Amino acid sequence: MLNSYIPVLVLAVLAAVLAVGMVVLSFLLGPKRPDQRKLSPYECGVTPVGSAREKFPVKFFLVAMLFIIFDVETIFLYPWAVTFKDAPKAVQAFNLIEMGVFIAILFVGYFYMLGTRALEWEESERAQPRRVQLSDVARKLEPASREEAVLPR
Amino acid sequence: METLLQNPWFVIPLRIVIVVGFVLTAVPVLVWVERRVLALMQIRKGPNRVGPAGLLQPIADGIKLFFKEDVLPEKVDRFIYFLAPAGFLIPVLCAPAVIPWGPDDRLTPIADVNIGILFLLAMTSLTVYGIILAGWSSNNKYSLLGGLRASAQTISYELAMGLSILSVVLLTGSLSMREMVLNQQGELGLLNWHVFRFFPLGLIATGIFLVAMLAETNRAPFDLPEAESELIAGYHTEYSSMKFAMFFMGEYASMVTISAVMVTLFFGGWLSPLPFAPFTWIPGPIWFLIKLGVFIYLFIWVRATLPRLRYDMLMKLGWLRLLPTALVNLFLVAVILWWRS
Amino acid sequence: MFAQILFVLMAIVIVVTSIGVVAARNPVRSALNLVANFFALAVLYLFLYAQFVAAVQIIVYAGAIMVLFLFTIMLLNLGSPAELADRGEIKRPITWGLALLFVIVLAGGVFARLGEAQPAQDDLGTVQMVGKFLFADWVYPFELTSILLLIAIVGAIVMAKRRL
Repeated sequence: MLNSYIPVLVLAVLAAVLAVGMVVLSFLLGPKRPDQRKLSPYECGVTPVGSAREKFPVKFFLVAMLFIIFDVETIFLYPWAVTFKDAPKAVQAFNLIEMGVFIAILFVGYFYMLGTRALEWEESERAQPRRVQLSDVARKLEPASREEAVLPR
Repeated sequence: METLLQNPWFVIPLRIVIVVGFVLTAVPVLVWVERRVLALMQIRKGPNRVGPAGLLQPIADGIKLFFKEDVLPEKVDRFIYFLAPAGFLIPVLCAPAVIPWGPDDRLTPIADVNIGILFLLAMTSLTVYGIILAGWSSNNKYSLLGGLRASAQTISYELAMGLSILSVVLLTGSLSMREMVLNQQGELGLLNWHVFRFFPLGLIATGIFLVAMLAETNRAPFDLPEAESELIAGYHTEYSSMKFAMFFMGEYASMVTISAVMVTLFFGGWLSPLPFAPFTWIPGPIWFLIKLGVFIYLFIWVRATLPRLRYDMLMKLGWLRLLPTALVNLFLVAVILWWRS
Repeated sequence: MFAQILFVLMAIVIVVTSIGVVAARNPVRSALNLVANFFALAVLYLFLYAQFVAAVQIIVYAGAIMVLFLFTIMLLNLGSPAELADRGEIKRPITWGLALLFVIVLAGGVFARLGEAQPAQDDLGTVQMVGKFLFADWVYPFELTSILLLIAIVGAIVMAKRRL
C-alpha cells in the first residue's frame, strides 16, 4: 500500500531538480555587471532609509497563533468527516453531538478573540511600527539627495 | 499497450510527464491569455508582435529572462535568497499529484494515496515558506512587509478553504479525489454535482472555496502582498531574471492546480454536465479542460473587474465571515446527511 | 531494499538537520533545519503505515507551527546572528551533561526492548481507522483536546494583549 507513495517521491525529486536547475542555470547564463547602486535595496530610486530588519506588529504573531489552533481543529474534522457517511444513524447522532461540543468549546475562544478585538487591525496604535515623521525623513534625505543630483560616472 | 500500462516503470513516468507537462505548458499559455484578455477588457491590444497574435510572447519573455543579469543585492542572506524561489516552486509542482484528470485510473492521478486531498492541502500550506523566506532574505522593507502580509493572508484563508473542502469529504465519505468525482455521477447530470447538493449548502461551500482560492493564490482582489502602489512588487521586489520568473511560474501553476481542485470537488471533474448521447461522446479529459478553462478565465475576469481590498478588510473577511460561515455550513451538511440516512 | 536505503537516508537527514537546528548561528536557518527534519520524520511515519500522522506532521508542524516560529523570529528581530551569541559559560557543561544523559536513557530504553517490536498492520494509520477509534474509544481525550486548544487561544491573546 505504501507503494502508492513512490510516484510522489519521484515527482518531488523531479520538481526539486527542475527548480534548483532553473536557479543555477539563470545564475550561470546571465551577465554579471554589478555596481553599487544596482546592488543597494530598491526603494523607488531613493537612497534606502534605515534598516530593513524592523520589528513587526504583534498582530501577525497572533494571526499565526490562531491559525495553528484552528488548523488543528480542521485536522480533527477530517477523520470525523470521512467516517460520518457510512456510520449507522445512532452513531452519526453521537458523532454530531461529539463534534458539536468540540466546536462549541473552541468557539468560546473564538468569541473571546472577538471580544478582545484581537483582529481589529486599524485600532492598534501601539502595535504599529514606529511612526516616521515626514519632516524627519525629509531632513535625513536632504544631504543625500543633493549628492545624488550629481550623476555618478 | 495494455501490458505496458501495467508496468510501473513505464506508467509512473508517463503520469508525471502528463500532469507536470500539462501544468508547465499551461503556464506560458495562461500568461498570454491573461495579457490578451486583460487588454481586451481594458480596450487595449496587448502583446501582438511575437508570433501569430502574440502567441510566442511568453516564450520570448522566458528566453529573455534566462539571459538577464542575476542581481545579488548587497546584504541578502545568500543561501536563503537562492532557496526561496525553489522552495516556492517545488510544492506547487507536487500539489497536482492527487488530482484525477480523467476516468482512466492508470493515467491519472499520479499517486492515488489514502490521504488524498490532505496531501494537496499539505503541499499548498508549504508554499508559504517560499514567500516568507523571499521576503526575509531580500534585505528590503517592502519585501519583508510583502512576505509577512502574504503569509498571514494565505494561512488565514487556508482555514476557510479546508472547511469548505470538508463538506465535500462529508458528502463523499472519502479523501480520494477520484471517489469525490464518482460521487457526483448520476442520472441527473449536473444537478448531481456537489455545487447543487443540499441547495443552497453546496453553493455556499463552493462560494467560500472560490473566495479562498483567489486569496490563496494571492490574486486580485486579494493581491495585497504585491500591491504595487504601496509595496512595489512585495516579496519578489529584489528578485531578477529566472528567480523572479519562478515566482511568476509558481503563481500561475498554482492557479491551474487550484482551479482543477475546484472542478474536481464541486463541478463533477471529468463528468459531462448532461448524461446523454451527444455530450457523453466527448471524452472526460476534454470536459475537465473545458471546466478548468472556465475557472481560469474567471481568475482573469475578476482581476479586471474588482478593486483591491484593504488589508484589515481582507483579514476580517477571512476570520469573521468565511470561517464561521464555513463551519456552520459544514455542520448543516452533516445534520442533513444524518436526517436522510 | 529500496525501502531500507530510503530509511537510512531519512535517518541521516534527521540527524544532520537536528544538529543543524542547534548548531546554526542564524535562527532562521535553525528553523529551516527543523522544517527539513519534519519532512524526513513524515517519511518515517509513512514507513510505520501512519499515513494520517504523516499528513498531519506536514500540515500542522511544517505548515503552521514553523510559520509561527518564523514570524516570531522576525517579530523579535532575531535575524542578526550576533544577538544570539552564547553568553552563559556555566550553562554549556550542564547542557552537554543533560544531553548525554538523555541519549543514554533513550538508548537504554531502545536496547532493552529490542526485538519486541511488532510489524504494524497495513491499514492501521489510514484516516478511516483514526476516525473510527478517535470518535468511539477515545472520546474524552478528544473533547479534552478542545479545552487544551481553548486554553491556547486565551493564552495567546492574553500574552499578546500587552502589546496590542
